[in-house]
Order: sequence, then C-alpha cells, then structure tokens
Amino acid sequence: MPLAAQASDLVVRRQGHVILDRLAFTIPRGRVTGLLGPSGCGKTTLMRTLVGVQVISAGRVEVLGLPAGDPRLRPRIGYATQDPAVYSDLTLAENLRYFGTVLGLPRGRLADAIARTVATLDLGGLEHRVVGTFSGGQLARADLAVALLAQPDLLVLDEPTVGLDPVLRRDLWATFHRLAAGGATLLVSSHVMDEAARCDHLLFMREGRFLAAASPDEMLATTGAASLESAFLALASRPQAARP
Amino acid sequence: MTAVAGGTPASVRAPLTAPVRWRLTWATAHRVLSQLRHDPRTVVMLIAVPSLLMVLLRYVLDNPVALNRFAPEFIGVFPFIIMFIVTAVTTQRERARGTLERLMAMPLGKLDLLAGYAIAFGLVACVQVGVVLLISLTWLGVQLPGSVVPLLVVAVLDALLGMSLGLFASAFARTEFQAVQFMPAFVLPQALLCGIVVARDQMSDLLRWLSDVLPLSYAVDAMQQISAGASWSGAVTRDVGVILGFTVAALAGGALTLRRRTH
Repeated sequence: MPLAAQASDLVVRRQGHVILDRLAFTIPRGRVTGLLGPSGCGKTTLMRTLVGVQVISAGRVEVLGLPAGDPRLRPRIGYATQDPAVYSDLTLAENLRYFGTVLGLPRGRLADAIARTVATLDLGGLEHRVVGTFSGGQLARADLAVALLAQPDLLVLDEPTVGLDPVLRRDLWATFHRLAAGGATLLVSSHVMDEAARCDHLLFMREGRFLAAASPDEMLATTGAASLESAFLALASRPQAARP
Repeated sequence: MTAVAGGTPASVRAPLTAPVRWRLTWATAHRVLSQLRHDPRTVVMLIAVPSLLMVLLRYVLDNPVALNRFAPEFIGVFPFIIMFIVTAVTTQRERARGTLERLMAMPLGKLDLLAGYAIAFGLVACVQVGVVLLISLTWLGVQLPGSVVPLLVVAVLDALLGMSLGLFASAFARTEFQAVQFMPAFVLPQALLCGIVVARDQMSDLLRWLSDVLPLSYAVDAMQQISAGASWSGAVTRDVGVILGFTVAALAGGALTLRRRTH
C-alpha cells in the first residue's frame, strides 16, 4: 500500500521529558487514519512533527516522500490545530482569502476554492461575518476550512470534532471519507474512543508510545474485545506495553 | 532525514536573504489593515492620541517659543511610542493565538510577513504623523524654519523604528500583558535619555554613553537639527542613517525570533 508518511526511531524530548519514545509508524495514503489516545499522550507533538513545526531529538520522518519540514511540503499539507488558529477580528471570507493567498492559490482560483470549502463545511451565509462572533462549532469549521482550502494531499487535523454537535460530527466524518475517496490522506486525532470506529486505520497511543496500529476490525479481532474502548484497555494492560 | 538533534537542517531554515514576494507581502499588509478596519476604536486612538497629546503639550507649555522648540521633538517621539505598543501587542497576539505557527507551516517567508507588517503600520504611521503635523502647523501655530518634508520623513522613520523594536520585543513576551509592560521597560528609559528632558551634553559620561547607543536619541537629535533651522544637514543624514540601521537590525532580530520549528 502506498504510504503518505513513515517514521522510524522518532524521539522528541522537551525539557528533559520524553514526549515521543522511539516511534515507528506508517500512514497509508488515501485513507482516514485515527490517532487515538488520552490527552497528553503525545498526539499533538506527533502531528506537529509531521507538519514540520516540531523540533525532533532523533529519528527519521518522511512525509509524501520528502523529509518532514521540507519547504516543498508546505503547500501540500493542511493543518488544523486543536485551538482554532484564525483571525477572530476578520470575516470568514477575509481569513480564507488571506490564507488562500499565502498557500499560493492563484487569484483566479481563489474565489472558487473559498466557495467550495464553505459549501463542504456548511458555512454558507457566514462568509461576511467576523469570526469572533462565531459559535464554537462554527469556529471549529472555520479553522478546518483553512486546512481544506488548498485541497492538500495530507490533512493533519488535531481533535477536529471535539465538542461539536453529533449531527455536525457525523457530517464531518462523512466529509473526511469523501476527501479520502478523492485521494487525500487524513490523520485525525481524538481522545474519544467512539470516533475510532469511524477510521479506516488506527494508531493507539499512550504515554508517548504506540499500543497498536491496525484497522478497527483487526483491533477487535486480535484483542477479542467487544468495543474499541475495551480493546484499548486490553492493549494498555498488556505487559509488553509497560515501560522497561 | 537523519537525526537532527540540536539543530534544524539547512533545507528547513528559510534564508534571511530570500527575496520578498510582493503578492504575499501585500496580502499580509492588506490583512493587517483589514484587522484594523474591523476595530474602529483602535484606529481612532492610533490617529487621534498623538494629536491630542500635542494639543495638551501646547496648553501645558503655553508659550509659543517653547512650543516651537519642543513640538518637533514630540512629533518624533509620540508615533515611536504608539507604534511600539501596537506592534508588540499585535505580534504577541499572533504568536499566542496560533496563527503565527499556522503561517510558519505554510509557504510564507518570514520576510514576507515582516515586510507586510512594516507596510501596513508604515501607512498607519504616515496618516498618524500627517494628522499631528496638520494640527500642529495650523491650529496650534507651530512654526518651522524650513520645509515640512524633512520633519515628515524623520517622523515616519521614527514610527517605523518603534514598529520594528516592538516586533522584536514581542518575541520576549509570553502574554499580551507582558508585551504592554515592555513599553515602560524599553521606551521610557529612552525617553528620559534622548535629550528632551535634559540636553545630552549636560548628562554625566555614563548616561551620555547610554544615550549614544539608544535609537530614540538620534530621532530626537534629528528633530532638534530640523527645528534649529537646518532643513537637511549632514547631521540629519547621519541621524537618519542610524535610525534606519536600528530599524533594519530590529527587523532582522525579529526575523530570527520567528521560528518555523519550535519545542
């Protein structure tokens, strides 16, 4: 299977603490990969590494065939941080026009890209409202809109559905799968286990290490658990998962 | 990529000499000005506060001779101070809200960003200085010995100097509150030592030496030269050179503090 990203022996230390501990992983292309684990387990650091904004201590990380952080990757990766990073004192359209220009969308395609993204995320009618007046769900979608705008090959989305209305969450997951069907690769993090079932491929993470990497069905089959939550618990209590 | 412990690979480091891409620079300037446009109260304060301070100065001094001497110095200092605060807070906010990290993950050069800020705030400074000058020369009756152009040029350069120092200082502020505190910390000592309160040649050696290495001293000196009659002398050229030097150095320092990769 073609890979969108792979890493080996990836170590990130911060102020003497090991955040990522000799990680090795692959992310399949054209799929929705879920990065699941409790808060503070290193999900955000792993995502920042793939995007190329994290200083790493050791290891190799390759994204779309290039070393992570290579300038050529910047227009090809869409990144949405957990806290929305949009200008709250600009309208949605102004935000998208600015980020679209920075992403290198030519003038002629900018309006189309904005219209398409606004429609995808059901933000129609909000284009000319100042983002600071948005509700939490609207703000989260405005943040996602920036990540989707330039139709990137890899989307790295940090807890994109946290705190959203269930209907909206279902629609967003449908959008993620539609993008993957169109050839994009998605890495979506969550600390909520019921989202794991919506992914094609899963990375279970705890305390800076992986517990397992497999599809949801394989996770259930190998652990014999009835739910992915119990599968996570079973994997976390295995002796080989414990620290040396 | 092999292990990169302790450093960033050369391919990731954006060279400081990268050419400014005008479309991105202009988009950034446009974005900063749009942000201001949505915040009319800030715009009113940016434009009105220096003028109100000049009016206050006029009535505090209440003496046309003293006003003619002090007004040009203050026209150089007010925009410097205000631009310092505005830029320090704006940039700190960009760091704190994550938009800077987002931009650094996108194909935007550091110089595109800095030049965009410089253009946007430079335009604001032109308006700010223009209004102060207009009010000073008409309503307040300030008289200049020569043309108004040198005064205008030096005042806008002072505002840009304040902007670039604010940009640099913001890198050392973790909160907006700290960024505001840099005003008294960075700016007030310069205001005391720049030659407005006490002439620089009457200071003790130590203080004059300190004054010599602070940029605001040169801004005030240029204004003093201009208001003393020389429209554009060698001394003014030297002062302008020093102001520009500090501005470029602070912008370069600001670029170094913008990091693509962080811990």
